[in-house]
Amino acid sequence: MNPLALRAALAAIILSASSGLWAKPLVVCTEASPEGFDIVQFTTAVTADAAAETVFDRLVDFKPGTTELQPALAERWEISADGLTYTFHLRQGVKFHRTDYFTPTRDFNADDVLWSFQRQLDPNHPWHDKTSVGYPYFESMSFKNLLTSVEKRDAHTVVFTLSRPQAPFLRDLAMAFTSIYSAEYGDQLLKSGKTAELNSKPIGTGPFIFQRYSKDAQVRYKPNPDYFRGKPPADALIFAITPDNNVRLQKLRADECQIALYPKPDDIPSIKRDPALKVAEMEALVIGYVALNTEHPYLSDVRVRKAISMAFDHQAHVDQLFGKGNALVAVNPYPPSVLGYNSDNRNPPRDIDKARALLEEADVPEGAVLTLFTRNGGGAINPNPRLSAEMLQADLARIGIRLDIRIMEWAEMLRRAKKGEADMVATGWASDNGDPDNFLTPLLSCEAAKNGENYARWCSSKFDELITRAREVSDNDERATLYKQALAVYDDDQPWISVAHPKLFTAMRQSVEGYHVNPLTNNNFATTRVK
Amino acid sequence: MLSFIARRLGLLIPTFFGITLLTFALIRLIPGDPVEVMMGERRLDPEMHAQAMERLGLNKPLPAQYLDYVGKLAQGDLGESLRTRESVWSEFLTLFPATVELGLAALLFAGVLGLLAGVIAALKRGSLFDHGVMGISLAGYSMPIFWWGLILIMFFSVSLGWTPVSGRIDLLYDIEPKTGFMLIDTLLSDEEGSFKDAVMHLILPAIVLGTIPLAVIARMTRSSMLEVLREDYIRTARAKGLSPVRVVFIHGLRNALIPVLTVFGLQVGTLLAGAVLTETIFSWPGIGKWLIEAIGARDYPVVQNGILLIACLVILVNFVVDILYGLANPRIRHQR
Repeated sequence: MNPLALRAALAAIILSASSGLWAKPLVVCTEASPEGFDIVQFTTAVTADAAAETVFDRLVDFKPGTTELQPALAERWEISADGLTYTFHLRQGVKFHRTDYFTPTRDFNADDVLWSFQRQLDPNHPWHDKTSVGYPYFESMSFKNLLTSVEKRDAHTVVFTLSRPQAPFLRDLAMAFTSIYSAEYGDQLLKSGKTAELNSKPIGTGPFIFQRYSKDAQVRYKPNPDYFRGKPPADALIFAITPDNNVRLQKLRADECQIALYPKPDDIPSIKRDPALKVAEMEALVIGYVALNTEHPYLSDVRVRKAISMAFDHQAHVDQLFGKGNALVAVNPYPPSVLGYNSDNRNPPRDIDKARALLEEADVPEGAVLTLFTRNGGGAINPNPRLSAEMLQADLARIGIRLDIRIMEWAEMLRRAKKGEADMVATGWASDNGDPDNFLTPLLSCEAAKNGENYARWCSSKFDELITRAREVSDNDERATLYKQALAVYDDDQPWISVAHPKLFTAMRQSVEGYHVNPLTNNNFATTRVK
Repeated sequence: MLSFIARRLGLLIPTFFGITLLTFALIRLIPGDPVEVMMGERRLDPEMHAQAMERLGLNKPLPAQYLDYVGKLAQGDLGESLRTRESVWSEFLTLFPATVELGLAALLFAGVLGLLAGVIAALKRGSLFDHGVMGISLAGYSMPIFWWGLILIMFFSVSLGWTPVSGRIDLLYDIEPKTGFMLIDTLLSDEEGSFKDAVMHLILPAIVLGTIPLAVIARMTRSSMLEVLREDYIRTARAKGLSPVRVVFIHGLRNALIPVLTVFGLQVGTLLAGAVLTETIFSWPGIGKWLIEAIGARDYPVVQNGILLIACLVILVNFVVDILYGLANPRIRHQR
């Protein structure tokens, strides 16, 4: 090769290497397959990551790594003084994805917002019955009763009218089930009779354009060059579906993926020791707890519930279960970063004699049997349910209570717990939107006790009054005061053993930049790049 | 022969209906319904629950649901997944080639190595090699697949870097699924090096899945060979002065193969059962993992029809083995 050609070849190599410096595909090892991409039909976090966080946008969303709201497809909004009317001014010039199956002829506007909400709300909407099980999240969040109307004032203004004041409403609008679809694409599919394709070929305005899903293997996206916050830096985004967390870690070590979601807490020290890897961690908005069935003859007595909490070694339990420093001992039903956390509440100091005395006062005989329902498989909220249950069993044995542990499949456990068949239930909750109401109403309200989701079947009219009032007022300070009072009632009554607020971990290669762990457990890669 | 085939075919019909009834009943014996499972700990509006159950046809009495199911089957309609809303048949077609590819690779690995090890162990009966093969095959038979898979990954993929950790292909190759068989799709694509990469991805899962069949085939080949080598015709062949290779492989192995071939047929069931775990460890998108997830989600159409399809496959393989057996050994034909 002559020297000139050699120089030219070298220059080409250097140029191509430097131009590719910030433009590499990002492979993320995810834990499960998405159920589909028509996100309003589904409830799982993995589907939300694969659809809502990539393909779609919402009117508002959370700033990366926080629960602070920021404008998204709505540039700004006004709330009426009575808290019943929300007027959203929409962002202009936002483009829907252009793919080989859809070419948008117009930008995003109010019709798309109407289409996305009316589809779920209005039984006469042509798309309303195009699902097999309806709109589970919309229904579960009571939007059917909450929304009186969604109207278009002009092409870029939409007005939502509520049936009652609902302080967390804006936060609700950042959730996956309020994703904004293209009305034009919906019409195209309806006309061609291909409505099922809304689930397999999604169109949105989000940071990534859907390319292909190979079932149980991978989902491929390319960056959206017209994304309203700027084109994402990754050259391509690939979700490598890797259900086993040991294998996810090995793939990360082998650089077959650059991010591995949900590593086991046990593996965190070894990941931190590996010079090629790093760990991002965040105190997630989750709670692991043991609900005490307050309809049970013994557990209906608050002295018995207090005795159980007194016998329970909170710190040892959390350290053993999650590893030191990987979770916070819980006191309240939600973590400290959520509005209205009551820091005056304390777990009672461990005192076996006092606990025994309380049980004696309450006429609980030595050797009384209580059942504990727990699930068979571990997860982020409880990595080892059996160990956790056995530790509690050992603690309660010291005060003369025999704990009968019933390990069962998750769905079966929930079904039976909802019917009130368990004396105690070990379970947990991950917040949808970071609002205290999202913990307290579904888990501890009187209505939830009636429906069964309040596994403690605890109903305090004082507590209920406080949380209802807190839901209706819009002033944050006032809300915080009300929630503090509600948590004081909770502490007096002890319907749960609040166990832990586990940290959320994401393992990644050192070459990854711009990734934020989100306290709401969602994963967004719009700003993530590989060096 | 024709009446023999007709008798075998006649037996298939009740078997088929038995399977439909069994899968239909078993999945419904598991408590919880698909809507409850989907909602998990979230609030389930009773009205929405009732509407969803009606839309899914699950509010009808069980006999009516079974008749619906069988009626649709008779029209070739396998229904659609309650979880993904995709047709069961298209999901099966997408995932089945991956399982077949893995199963064939595992069978090839188990067949070639198992026959070879079994023959040599029989020829060197009582030697260190014989004891070694039998010991290793016993260990292989009792090896927990999950542990074995992870050990191989840690050693070959992470420490040595020889093989990829999991998946069917490096995701940086963008291979359009045409046939579903990755080895064929990579050959059809113009991505350079992708075929070799697909082969490398197949090695560890095939070893893991093939370990138990390998042990079974090696042991069966050894015992069958030992029996055959004692036969008079082998002594005669040797006395005639035939070469040892000819005696062992043409006269010995050929006759010893009959029971081994039966074992091969039976291993299809073992492979499909083992595929569930192997597919999970190696993130292999096959039908094993698909069915397990469907059971968890109470996805009735997928569980019922997925199991039915697999059962049909196993029945078919055994049917073919029966026919071949009947062809090879006329006594079997007349006895039945």
